[in-house]
Amino acid sequence: MSLMTKEASETVEAGAPAPRSIRGTPTSAPVVKPTAAVTAATRIKIQDINAFYGEKQALFGVNLEIPDNAVTAFIGASGCGKSTLLRCLNRMNDTIPGARVEGRILMDGIDVNGTEIDPVQVRTRIGMVFQKPNPFPISIYENIAYGPRTHKLTSSKAELDEIVERSLRRAALWDEVKDRLGKPGLGLSGGQQQRLVIARALAVSPAVILMDEPCSALDPIATAHIEALLDELRKHTCIVMVTHSMAQAARVSQVTAFFHMGKLIESGPTDQIFTMPKVEQTHDYITGRFG
Amino acid sequence: MTTPAAHRPLIGARRMHLGDTTFRISLFAAGALVIIVLFSILAIMFAGGKLAFDTFGLGFITGTEWNPVTQIYGALPAITGTLMTAILALLIAWPIGFGIAFFLTETCPVKLRGPLGVAVELLAAIPSIVYGMWGFFVLAPFMAEYVQPWLTSTFIWIPPIPDTFYWFTAPPIGVGLITASLILAIMILPFIAATTRDVLLSTPQLLKDGAYAMGATRWEALTGVVIPAVRGSLFGAVFLGLGRALGETMAVVFVIGNAIRMPDSLMAPSATIASVVANSFPEAEPGTLDLAVLLALGFILFVVSFGVLAIARLLLRQERMS
Repeated sequence: MSLMTKEASETVEAGAPAPRSIRGTPTSAPVVKPTAAVTAATRIKIQDINAFYGEKQALFGVNLEIPDNAVTAFIGASGCGKSTLLRCLNRMNDTIPGARVEGRILMDGIDVNGTEIDPVQVRTRIGMVFQKPNPFPISIYENIAYGPRTHKLTSSKAELDEIVERSLRRAALWDEVKDRLGKPGLGLSGGQQQRLVIARALAVSPAVILMDEPCSALDPIATAHIEALLDELRKHTCIVMVTHSMAQAARVSQVTAFFHMGKLIESGPTDQIFTMPKVEQTHDYITGRFG
Repeated sequence: MTTPAAHRPLIGARRMHLGDTTFRISLFAAGALVIIVLFSILAIMFAGGKLAFDTFGLGFITGTEWNPVTQIYGALPAITGTLMTAILALLIAWPIGFGIAFFLTETCPVKLRGPLGVAVELLAAIPSIVYGMWGFFVLAPFMAEYVQPWLTSTFIWIPPIPDTFYWFTAPPIGVGLITASLILAIMILPFIAATTRDVLLSTPQLLKDGAYAMGATRWEALTGVVIPAVRGSLFGAVFLGLGRALGETMAVVFVIGNAIRMPDSLMAPSATIASVVANSFPEAEPGTLDLAVLLALGFILFVVSFGVLAIARLLLRQERMS
């Protein structure tokens, strides 16, 4: 089985037993409140993931279900494996020499981590936003058009224009850049650049967007922009975010997973994790008494 | 009696920092030295070659005849040979050098990366006289025996420019433009490869990750994102190679054939500015037109190389602006 085309994966989705909301149809998308998050359909099932960088094991038997139409936050101290797990989800670890990932990551019934799966195809369905904004050294327009062009989603200029505008609108950047689409993406401010790369990811209509500390290089105002955006985006996508800011996790996520030393310690609805964690380690971490 | 640090006045005579001053002056001297050396060389070359420019005027550059017996000197054959060998060498070395660099940075197994990188750099460490001897004793006979007959029969269809240029149709004598270009290509290859590799390695991983995360293949990431990001520096790598090819002397003297006349094919024996100077210098007496001509040639080579660098800079600047 492979993620060759969107159609192919939709077929598999239809055969998948797990109940799930239909992405993109607002009527069937549940209104996700923090407490409702757990009832949302599961988008990704992470099963027994072990990850290695050479000899060093970075993740130990992680099991986790990630809901659709919600923001899932991975929290934990540096080096706890949260970024590694995030990079497992779109096979970015494949680009690191010596990295090895064991286990299954089921999305729509397909094991994304399977050896027969083409990582390049996975990444067209699972977008990613990085710690620092990384616009390509081309124009704003071309940045957004990069994905649709690379994957030949459209051949008409009008349609491409439409995709660019829609993506920029969804990333709440359109009004700020509509008069200078031909200008270099690198000429934007940091916060605008980060919204640009979010728009770039959105342009190929991914089912999942991964964010690796998306606000760590931004000022508080730009951070507020991105956080507001996340709340909007999750209506139609599944968002997984790594964050160092506990306040941010509490503000924007519906589900939180806490990692320590490569192990998943606890996961659950965000308000429960932050108000009455079941594990003492989680409690210590979120209250700042970590050690 | 010393004042405690806390009570030392902030305002007062600024102390002379002797170390700092000396340091600053020596740095300035180092910078000034470059300028002084550059301009004094240029001035001396021009002064020495002035007799040639006075005698022949602009005809020195456009003249096609070079005859020490009749004392008629035209530099166009040498200039043509220089430009043709350098550009041909670049055309051969550019794709291979980029290929090596891309292989080293993208697809090469990690274990092979180090040794192969060192091997490429060692290529640059071979003295040019060694390249020259190898070219004369190994490459030239090989070219005459196999490559040149093959080139002639393969490209016979290219229409010649009658009485001027016959491309690959020429007697296979081994030495000549194309052999010199090949040697030059091998010599500048490590520079292009090493510089390109360093440029590619300096591309932020974050940028490449961004392309991969968009579902780009290695090839798509390279052509769509990495190369646009470093295009300017890549041109720099190429022009560095061109600059070296223009001035290279020893290896070329061995294999170019040293015939100071307009080349009538890509395989014709020819000469470059550097090879003419190297061949004729021992016989040129001080104060004669013979020596002035050589110094004037040196001046021209200087100007040509400088022009190449200037063009490279201009390209880079446009790159940065757009």
